[in-house]
Amino acid sequence: MGLDFSVIPKYLDIVLLGALWTIGITVGAALVSFFGGIFLAVIALYAPAVVRWPFRIFSFLFLGTPLLLQLFLIYFGLVQIGIDVPAFVAGVIGLGLHFAVYNSELFQTSILAVDKGQIEAARTLGLSRMQALRKVVVPQAVRDVIPPIGNNMIALLKDSALVSVIGVSELTLSAQRAIGSTYRPFEFYVLVAAIYYIINLGMEAVLRRVERRIQASK
Amino acid sequence: MDYALMQRVFPFFLEAAWITILLSVLTAILGLICAMLGTAARLSRFRVLRFLGAAYVSVFRGTPALIQLFILYFGGPQIGIQLDAFEAGVIGLGVNVGAYMTETMRGAIISVDKGQGEAARTLGMSKWQAMRNVILPQAMRLMIRPLGVNLNTLIKSTALVAAISVVELTYTAQRYIGSTYKPFEMFLIAGLLYMIIIYVVGLAVTWADRKARLN
Repeated sequence: MGLDFSVIPKYLDIVLLGALWTIGITVGAALVSFFGGIFLAVIALYAPAVVRWPFRIFSFLFLGTPLLLQLFLIYFGLVQIGIDVPAFVAGVIGLGLHFAVYNSELFQTSILAVDKGQIEAARTLGLSRMQALRKVVVPQAVRDVIPPIGNNMIALLKDSALVSVIGVSELTLSAQRAIGSTYRPFEFYVLVAAIYYIINLGMEAVLRRVERRIQASK
Repeated sequence: MDYALMQRVFPFFLEAAWITILLSVLTAILGLICAMLGTAARLSRFRVLRFLGAAYVSVFRGTPALIQLFILYFGGPQIGIQLDAFEAGVIGLGVNVGAYMTETMRGAIISVDKGQGEAARTLGMSKWQAMRNVILPQAMRLMIRPLGVNLNTLIKSTALVAAISVVELTYTAQRYIGSTYKPFEMFLIAGLLYMIIIYVVGLAVTWADRKARLN
């Protein structure tokens, strides 16, 4: 069986629709991972031990296990405790939490790296601890850590292919549908790889611009 | 939590863990070989080789590993490559991780002080001699720790071959979640085994790193 790329145009709209879903999932999960990461970092650094420990165990489990395994846990686990969410939501939560844990590690280092004088000054001006964190420390910490967080988000795009396994109709699964009726796996997977690659290049270009901006603003 | 069930299925997970370990070892070896070739190409004085090396890294890091596996395993037969799932898993993941390791190795080599290579050349060594006797020994020391990070990622990404039905840890967990409806228990067993593997590899990397620094 040779190669025949002429089957692609007929299914191009399905695949491109899948690409839109992939972008949607990536953006959704990126948001969850960004704010989730800040939340986890603040808890890890400032919460009392009773609160900190459950989160620490959670982070430990999520750092040491494969994303695919975590997706199975979240998808089937939610169903088991009676929350029947659509696969899309499970995918966004799973991907988002996975990368939130990674982002949290980055945020923790950068929060600690913010000059202590900043908090002291904010407190002297009458801000509460929470206010000082939210208005003074976290904004500075976030700026410093944008390049590595951006890299995590590019990794997130590629890992979003995994949610096809729990039945989210994104790019990978839409290709599988097209393959199901054409029996042309090579052609469609190469097409899909090319689409991921283009989105990836776009994200890298944006990240590089942002990095230059940050450099310039320092 | 259903401990009786966990105890009952544990032997099957343990067996699957061996497959995960075997996959990881073979993939790591193939990845290192690809990375050496990739690094040599990227640092070559021939423009064509440099381009090929850069393209390898960019394409394999720029697309999902899962898709690379699918192209090889499902698309391979169309271009005359017949592999069983395990072979496709090792080759697919190995070539993929090789691209990441290429960047690690190249990074370590170019971060060795430039003066070192220049000094060696001044002493009459050829370019290759300078690389082998002066730069590489120093670069090796720098690359152990970041290669350890690559290894850690690699062990977790062996889970991907569950999608082409290699019976390793994640596949086994998935199957038992499907048949017992106990996702949390199955996640804990598989997760624990992954963490043990990663922990042991981490210890080995730390040991190697310390040893290299002492010399």
